[in-house]
Amino acid sequence: MVDQKMLNCEQVWREISNYVDGDVEAGLRSAMDEHFRTCKRCASVLAGTRNVVQLYGDERMLEVPAGFGQRLEKRLAKNVAVKGSGWSSWAAWLVPVAALLLITGSVLLTNSLSGGHFLRSHHAEPANHIPPDLVVVVSDGSKVFHVAGCPFIHDKASERTTTAKEAMRDGYVPCTRCLRQYLKTGLSGRAGVEVAESAGAEAEEEGEEVLSATGH
Amino acid sequence: MSEPGMVLNNPVQAGGREQDLILSVQRGQNELFYELVRPYERRVYAAALAILRNEHDAEDAAQEAMLKAFANIRQFRAEARFSTWLIQITVNEALMRRRRERTVVMEGIDGRRSGRDDEEREYAPRDFADWREIPSEALERKEVRQRLAEALGTIDRKYREVFVLRDMEHLNIQETAEALGITVASVKTRLLRARLMLRDLLAAGWEQGWFSRLPFEKGNKPW
Repeated sequence: MVDQKMLNCEQVWREISNYVDGDVEAGLRSAMDEHFRTCKRCASVLAGTRNVVQLYGDERMLEVPAGFGQRLEKRLAKNVAVKGSGWSSWAAWLVPVAALLLITGSVLLTNSLSGGHFLRSHHAEPANHIPPDLVVVVSDGSKVFHVAGCPFIHDKASERTTTAKEAMRDGYVPCTRCLRQYLKTGLSGRAGVEVAESAGAEAEEEGEEVLSATGH
Repeated sequence: MSEPGMVLNNPVQAGGREQDLILSVQRGQNELFYELVRPYERRVYAAALAILRNEHDAEDAAQEAMLKAFANIRQFRAEARFSTWLIQITVNEALMRRRRERTVVMEGIDGRRSGRDDEEREYAPRDFADWREIPSEALERKEVRQRLAEALGTIDRKYREVFVLRDMEHLNIQETAEALGITVASVKTRLLRARLMLRDLLAAGWEQGWFSRLPFEKGNKPW
């Protein structure tokens, strides 16, 4: 603890920064005031310290390189879309909204063209020569329908029966193996070829063995 | 839209305008962000320069700090001063950059010369010339500003950082301690040393008269 009545110069120097900041208690401040009145050296230190604080604290001491502001503005404009009239924040919303509208429109259009039934597979085409009431098997994880007992049924644990008409309505395509006979009769013209190619592509995706309906 | 310079001249209006800008940017008006930070671009740069001591690195760090401030603007709460928040982000960015780039190696000599023991040892002023108040008009002269900047550049990093944040950025003692991750006691000790060292360094200029070569002081030194 400093004896405030008998401050020496070293004690004053130790507290001079706090003194300048007004961060000394009243008793110490009085003692320092008294010391400065009688000690020219410490008064000089105090004046110099105040000059330092005053000069460096001036806004003019904060100089930036030429063009600093322009470069900063440019970088902000590039990264946070500061410039302009908020285009980027609009764009941030517009892009996903436009994409959503496009997708929704596509789905509605597809549904309208397919008589209101959404095809489960984009490869699915109606196989017109399959008897609509034919009992077929569908299963989860596959887009192909089969006749019961077909060795290429995918995920047998989830298989269930339905009619060919319902299966096709739900977007399934016929297995080119077990339903080949119907496909053969239906493969007249390009549409049939596409059905077969599509079915092959689907089956390939699913790792199923598919015979080409167009060849062999 | 008001000029940033005008904003700074009236603290009450400035505070209101600044709060409006902050809220607008927080609500998504990104284009107002530069207007919000423009009054502080010099302070941000000075803080980065005090730590990095390289103009190019300081500018890059200052820009990066601004971007981080923008990215986190929604986390800013009105109870803090925006300028302080911005400076703290800048200090963090500069300190992180210095650690990453190992520029601390460049400070090795200084570090050895003024390690912890040196910091704890009391600093005694060396010059006792009769100083009087230097008019702030002295800063109009580029030479004076340059001399002051050079003097600041010669003191050790740990003193310079505290001095810049406290006396140039005007953070308080507690904010300075938090920004640099040191104790309040360390801030006070380093600040004292920085001020006294700068005072001694500037004494040379005092004696050489480069503070006095002002038009209004010809033939009549004010001290």
